[in-house]
Amino acid sequence: MTEYYTEEHEWIRVEGDLATVGITDFAQGQLGDVVFVELPEAGREVTKGGEAAVVESVKAASDVYAPVSGEVTGANQALVDDPALANTDPEGEGWFFRLRLSDTSELDGLMDAAAYKSFCDSQ
Amino acid sequence: MSMNREGRPTRPEEAAGPEGHTWTGNRALMLEEPLIFEMDEAEGCGIDFESFPSPSRGEGNASEASEGEGTAAAGPHPGAARLSLSPTGRGKNLLRNRPIGLPGLSEPQTVRHYTRLSRQNYAIDLGLFPLGSCTMKHNPRLCEKVARLPGFADVHPLQPVDTVQGALEVIAELGTWLVKLTGMHSVAMSPKAGAHGELCGLLAIRAALEARGDARQVVLVPESAHGTNPATAAFVGYRVESIPADDRGRVDLDALTSRLGADVAAVMITNPNTCGLFEPDMIAISEAVHAAGGLVYCDGANFNAIVGRVRPGDLGIDAMHINLHKTFSTPHGGGGPGSGPVVFSEALTPFAPLPFVEKRGDHYVLVEEETAGEHHGQSFGRMTAFHGQMGMFSRALAYILSHGADGLRQVSGDAVLNANYILRSLDGVLDAPFGASGPCMHEALFSDKGFAEGLTTLDLAKGLIDEGYHPMTMYFPLVVHGAMLVEPTETESKATLDQFIGALRSVAERAKAGDQSLKAAPVHAPRRRLDETQAARRPVLVWQPPKQAEAAE
Repeated sequence: MTEYYTEEHEWIRVEGDLATVGITDFAQGQLGDVVFVELPEAGREVTKGGEAAVVESVKAASDVYAPVSGEVTGANQALVDDPALANTDPEGEGWFFRLRLSDTSELDGLMDAAAYKSFCDSQ
Repeated sequence: MSMNREGRPTRPEEAAGPEGHTWTGNRALMLEEPLIFEMDEAEGCGIDFESFPSPSRGEGNASEASEGEGTAAAGPHPGAARLSLSPTGRGKNLLRNRPIGLPGLSEPQTVRHYTRLSRQNYAIDLGLFPLGSCTMKHNPRLCEKVARLPGFADVHPLQPVDTVQGALEVIAELGTWLVKLTGMHSVAMSPKAGAHGELCGLLAIRAALEARGDARQVVLVPESAHGTNPATAAFVGYRVESIPADDRGRVDLDALTSRLGADVAAVMITNPNTCGLFEPDMIAISEAVHAAGGLVYCDGANFNAIVGRVRPGDLGIDAMHINLHKTFSTPHGGGGPGSGPVVFSEALTPFAPLPFVEKRGDHYVLVEEETAGEHHGQSFGRMTAFHGQMGMFSRALAYILSHGADGLRQVSGDAVLNANYILRSLDGVLDAPFGASGPCMHEALFSDKGFAEGLTTLDLAKGLIDEGYHPMTMYFPLVVHGAMLVEPTETESKATLDQFIGALRSVAERAKAGDQSLKAAPVHAPRRRLDETQAARRPVLVWQPPKQAEAAE
């Protein structure tokens, strides 16, 4: 299992060609209290960098982008029911959706945890 | 000497009274008021009605009812019988079978309820309302008087046009002023408000592009545009792409021109923009967009900053909405409906919506679907049932005619002067991110830079409520951190501005000094700090009757 991060503050946890996607702890801190999420339906094709989900905080609505291309295999209904999970456990219970990767080589351009941390520090 | 000895003290006496709670929940003469549904008294009523017969007594059919006429006092209510409103009659499905759910109150209770609520409101008629990008300015009483005249206040949109020639003349005359003030070619008066006007403009742009067989896919929207702009473009079926602002708060001209191409249908630009700044490159932008085959939409919500001084038609704009409720001072924000006429360039005029008023000789006619084919067959169609916000047209025309061309020019001048007075009066107190790039237009923009750790724009805004002011627009535009957008409008005097500036300086100094008591603000308002997170996560939008305890049998 490997974790990668994007410059748009999504994390992706990969096992083989299956992956789980969410927003980072840094992102939830910036967004403030999350009040609503809109998640993709299973079966939807998403493309790397394209819109995949919506997260709304009290302050603003933001798009969540797909870190890599693939087919959505499921979404986190618990997060829809209780959007606060994105704040309390963003990189665990607050995951957004699962993907079947169409091209694992797209992972190559993403950051690892250390690189992402220094990216955030520079923000 | 004779003395009154009733013992009344006339000087305040030293007292360290406890702060806060009263037995009633009232705060002195500011009364705590429940919802009207919570005040419901089962038998409460302002008027005595003759009691309606119970359905069981109202059985019968129409013929029985006619026989019974004249003896209604003794028998079933005649109206009820005629409608056969009985559990078995023809109208049985219409019979109400549960309480209607309206609160029962006496007339004095009702009057007091709404009067108490009105005291908890804040309005332009109470004080300065510095809500940037949402101009709240004085509504002249002359305009209100005109709108209430018989012939304006009581016309119906389906009246024969021969009976409403005066009202149609008002629409046409106002349209003529709008076209001349903007230097454009034609106007659609029917859009109901700003965003509806945007929709009108983009639908015309789409119709024009489709007419030349080149629909295109993308609308470019700068970061400094109004938030409704990208929503409108998406609604009309375009993909929205954002154009960055430069460090002066203006559209990045190079970024915009380099993105133009055969897929770009239009650019939507707010000018003056949401940073309260004029876009000096507007002509260059329009020329570049036109050269690439696109069209230029201008969000004219901030036209009040330039009316009488700049004609958008001279800047190459193809369509622009005008908020009558801002620039021409018709009531706004709970006080009345908006109104968003759209002016068009010559290129877009054939595609403007129906209906519209046209003068033929001495007569005003309505051009609608039946007659449009003769000379307006390319119209994109109709976007509203009737002719627009008539009550706003009469007010706006009264405003225009009472000011005259010179007066309108002074309106924009005074609006800009007042905003710059505020901008410069806060030099050294609040950070103005674009303050160095020259004067602002009708609104002044500040950031939260320099606030002590933990104190925010929200705290400052709540502190202003304690000082007796409705807060400015907060956290918008998004390009500035902790944005505070202040629009004083031209109708505020220097004395009013000075008091507001004093209050804003005071609260800003507290925020910079780290005064944690600001976190508790507002402490003097009927309601203290609200929980916005809870309000968004668990909104309670409809009153529910409290659950009655089951009566023990």
